[in-house]
Amino acid sequence: MAEKPSIHGLVADFDSPDKLMDAIRAARKAGYSKMEAYTPFPIHGIDDAMGAKPSILGYLVLCGSATGMAIAVWLQWWTGAVAYPLVIAGKPFFALEPSIPIIFELTVLLSAFVAVFGMIGLNGLPRLHHPIFNYSGHRAITDDRFVLVIEASDREFDATGTRDFLAAHGADKLELIEA
Amino acid sequence: MAELSHAQEMKERLTPSLTGGHPSFHDVTEAVSIISEVKTHRNWYIALAITSSITGILGLMLAYLVATGIGVWGNNGPVGWGWDITNFVFWIGIGHAGTLISAILFLFRQKWRTSINRFAEAMTLFAVACAGIYPAVHVGRPWRAYWLFPMPNEFLNMWQNFRSPLLWDVFAVSTYATVSALFWYVGLIPDLATFRDRATTKGRQIAYGIASLGWRGSATHWKNYEKAYMILAGLSTPLVLSVHTIVSFDFAVSILPGWHTTIFPPYFVAGAIFSGFAMVVTLMVIARWIYKVEHLVTMTHLENMNKVILATGTIVGYAYATEFFTAWYSGNPYESYVFFVSRATGPYAWAYWSMISCNVISPQFFWFKKLRTSLPFMFVISIIVNIGMWFERFVIIATSLHRDYLPSSWGYFRPTFVDVLTFFGTFGLFLTLFVFFTRFLPIIAISEVKGMMAQNHHEAHYLDEAVAASEGKQPVGAAH
Repeated sequence: MAEKPSIHGLVADFDSPDKLMDAIRAARKAGYSKMEAYTPFPIHGIDDAMGAKPSILGYLVLCGSATGMAIAVWLQWWTGAVAYPLVIAGKPFFALEPSIPIIFELTVLLSAFVAVFGMIGLNGLPRLHHPIFNYSGHRAITDDRFVLVIEASDREFDATGTRDFLAAHGADKLELIEA
Repeated sequence: MAELSHAQEMKERLTPSLTGGHPSFHDVTEAVSIISEVKTHRNWYIALAITSSITGILGLMLAYLVATGIGVWGNNGPVGWGWDITNFVFWIGIGHAGTLISAILFLFRQKWRTSINRFAEAMTLFAVACAGIYPAVHVGRPWRAYWLFPMPNEFLNMWQNFRSPLLWDVFAVSTYATVSALFWYVGLIPDLATFRDRATTKGRQIAYGIASLGWRGSATHWKNYEKAYMILAGLSTPLVLSVHTIVSFDFAVSILPGWHTTIFPPYFVAGAIFSGFAMVVTLMVIARWIYKVEHLVTMTHLENMNKVILATGTIVGYAYATEFFTAWYSGNPYESYVFFVSRATGPYAWAYWSMISCNVISPQFFWFKKLRTSLPFMFVISIIVNIGMWFERFVIIATSLHRDYLPSSWGYFRPTFVDVLTFFGTFGLFLTLFVFFTRFLPIIAISEVKGMMAQNHHEAHYLDEAVAASEGKQPVGAAH
């Protein structure tokens, strides 16, 4: 016999972003810390309400920019002045001015790669499955539902207590989901 | 009471601005998703049959070109660049409006961009795909086009000339294509997840499931997503300006009269935005009618785009005038010859004055509100503008090249049927990609429109309070 599946957390389903935000603030006040919200579009101020740290993506992109710039300078200098110096119209083998366009382009290119793949990586994607997809109403999250999950690993979590707490904050639907 | 009228005006503008009425979030999902979910209409197959046949002509012409050589085109001394570079610049310019809408208007917080950005970005990608064909095949031996990139290979025992603007162009255009595709895809991920969650067939579930990467819309996802989107917008803004600047360097860095001028970068960028917006209007007028999204893409959107066309068209006209002034004021006889003889009165005068009529005169009608809000009128003007912008590139290329310093090196460019059919074929490719896009992908950015609705709702709420306050309803306690 299969083992009884463990519980990932309790889903509370709201019909508006305002109700979701109120529930998040109340849950934080009540001492819950392990929670995640699922919404059809980004909600202003939700990170502050949940106490989430700002995204580190910007710093990663900065590294990408520096790398792109360095590659462009090195590439143009090494190919033009070291590996195969060729006199063309009496121009210097390497100079900064004609190198600017490619320095700019490679800086942007590498930054964009880091921004996109960094975002995907920080979000843990691509991923085949996640407990939220065990929630019977998960399909409406990308439509018009605003969902708060309080995870079972939270110290304050208590199947009935948490359920009553979230019901009191206007959840239309409550459901325990498997991990 | 200035404050009162401002608050009221803002409220009126914000509440119905995006959608005209008060549709719910679900209405937006429904309106956009249904386009791709209904059974494929017979007309779609007809459209695809037509556009893919035209693409087939492009394929045949390119095969003929590759098998025979560049001689099948009309390019010949002294006009070494003909329709190939004209069409390349034409298509790449059209792409620019998409990036302007998706990135620059995003940074300027222009809310009206939200309903049209997905469509405009698609246009960017498809236009760049058409543009990219030309530099690749015009090199003569296209199977060695990869020599343009700094890849070590066993045949070419040397490196590319990084001091040449033509190589800058390779980097600019390939970076632009790559970054535009990435930006577009990032915007698509949440909407692909919406499609996945609504999928009723196994095929759609798997396809959209893979494409949306397992997106689940968590607050953490959105946090990184919004950051990435902002950074990409910030990167794309200078990038789009750099692309047409570098395309203009192809001309401006040479020392040919008519090309060797510092006005080229801003003049090219303005022209690119001008033609791109015209193309968005052309396509949008058709698409909102076919797909019944008039409540999402409203007259306000179209009118705003027409205003941009008016502004950039006027800038372009100013640039034309400046070129003539500089040619005269510089006292350079060769420069004057190009403008006063070759362009205005010479053998290409017909092309020059077509360009002026289409680009400078036709957008001026948009000063009148009645005309810029008329669908048939804007449709016609948007097509005229693109004809004019094609002529601009042709005029720049042909008039500077056709008369060299020695009259023995004079010529006149005549396109061959291969030139004409290849260009015609690129429209087939452009439209075929659009036909696929409108069938399989969300043509309006669903999550962005919803986010904007929520934001407008909030602002309307605050403005209600502002209106109430300025109407003299004193706060409690201050009344007596």
